[in-house]
Amino acid sequence: MITIGTLIAIQAIAVCGLNVIVGYAGQISLGHAAFFGIGAYTAALFATKAGLSFWASLPIVIAISALIGLLLGLPSIRVREDFLAITTIGINFIVEAIFRYVPFFGGALGIGGIPKIAFYGVRLKGISFFILCLVFLFLVIGLCYWLKKSWASLACYAIREEEQAASTLGISPVKFKLLAFVIGTAIAGIGGSLYAHYMQFISAGDFSFPISVGFLSMLVLGGMGTLWGPVLGTLILGILPEIFRPLVDYRILLYTILLLIMIRFQPGGLLGEGSAMRRIFEPLLRVKR
Amino acid sequence: MGKERDNMFLDVKGLSISYGDIRAVQNVNFYMEKGELISIIGANGAGKTTIINSLMGLVPVQSGTIIFKGQDITKMPAHKRARIGIRIVPERSRVFPRLTVYENLLTGMYGMKNKVSPEKSILQLYEIFPILKERKNQLASTLSGGEQQQLAIARALVSEPELLLVDEVSTGLMPKLTQEVFSVLETLNKEHQLTILLVEQNAFVSLEISTRGYVLETGQCVLEGPATFLMDNTRIKEVYLGH
Repeated sequence: MITIGTLIAIQAIAVCGLNVIVGYAGQISLGHAAFFGIGAYTAALFATKAGLSFWASLPIVIAISALIGLLLGLPSIRVREDFLAITTIGINFIVEAIFRYVPFFGGALGIGGIPKIAFYGVRLKGISFFILCLVFLFLVIGLCYWLKKSWASLACYAIREEEQAASTLGISPVKFKLLAFVIGTAIAGIGGSLYAHYMQFISAGDFSFPISVGFLSMLVLGGMGTLWGPVLGTLILGILPEIFRPLVDYRILLYTILLLIMIRFQPGGLLGEGSAMRRIFEPLLRVKR
Repeated sequence: MGKERDNMFLDVKGLSISYGDIRAVQNVNFYMEKGELISIIGANGAGKTTIINSLMGLVPVQSGTIIFKGQDITKMPAHKRARIGIRIVPERSRVFPRLTVYENLLTGMYGMKNKVSPEKSILQLYEIFPILKERKNQLASTLSGGEQQQLAIARALVSEPELLLVDEVSTGLMPKLTQEVFSVLETLNKEHQLTILLVEQNAFVSLEISTRGYVLETGQCVLEGPATFLMDNTRIKEVYLGH
């Protein structure tokens, strides 16, 4: 149970990052697992080769994820929609291939022996690691909340709706798309770092394209651009496979069907604008206020 | 033209724009002085919208120069032009449908140098456009065409621009509303000394409130002069005014 919970919390962090890119700035990304992986590999390398603790390497991991996000984002955001989707898929495959074939990254064997996180000398495992992940998840959600309330959100919104109109209002589309990309990849890096320290062993396959599809499915299911949508989506798609264990081979098929149903009936996601959940719960919330 | 063209407010020289092999605008010259209201009139496909978009920086210029307040802005991106005081009211308004009227106005505030009192600026606009005040918390998509057009104008005005580009504001509006929108533009020009460039198919209404006008035909400027002169011109009457 705790294992599933921890992994869900870690994935939810990554999906929150994806939400900043896809939901807030409207830039489709099908390569988010690559950035999750970059965070994980950076943390793993610092831990195993440099002997740095999770805490010491965290700022570096965030910085490197953000920097690589920036470098890969620069060319990516110049293309739009379908092309951006394909470009990000390409990024995912390239990053995965580098992890798999460059000996520095452990090659096909991956990187093992990553230590667990210590907190004031106490090794975190089981429930305490889960709590740590929850703390990070809430910090990330706090950041997303702040982003949603800030000027940047209105600007991003304007770009998503009408890029050209936004530019005539003095909003630089390139700047904001890139900003969202960098923030999103940095958040993925945090998730990746937690993942590496939790699993203690990582390999390139953990960050392959189907993982990216999974992230995007979770986001679409929960509701793009919403605050809690990523968490809900990750929760549902994280628990479902455990319940339907016998169907594990058909997981991708189920995801696909679920996505099609969502896009047909609830395009805004479970927590999106005008969704059934909103209609039911919003009146209740209003009474409380 | 004996005028010193160096300190012109807006000076466009030899403007040519192509879409692939199709030449949309060919060697067009025009200028604007501060406080003027100018109309560019012409039929569908004459290149009017292309010109206005090139002034905003939405289409790349093939050759020619655009000088705004002595600064060459020919290659400047749109969002930077917006920050030096050029704003556009796009054709068919292009307001953000899922933002409220008030939020739409806030987006217009974005590039402002002094964000001191967005509220004050918006309150002033509510005086000019009372309907927007009434609907401030409504989603923009629920507004009528005329109201959306007013919102687009107001959104362009919140940042207190120096040059307002207005693209086919009469499109899709019923005649009565067109008159209303034009009288608002006239007020802005006369009372607030706002420099306005109108691009219109509806030649008569726009020339009526303009100081000068340019007539465009298949990408070329065929006639220019004071608005009254253009309105009296027999050819214009025949072709555009239907007399």
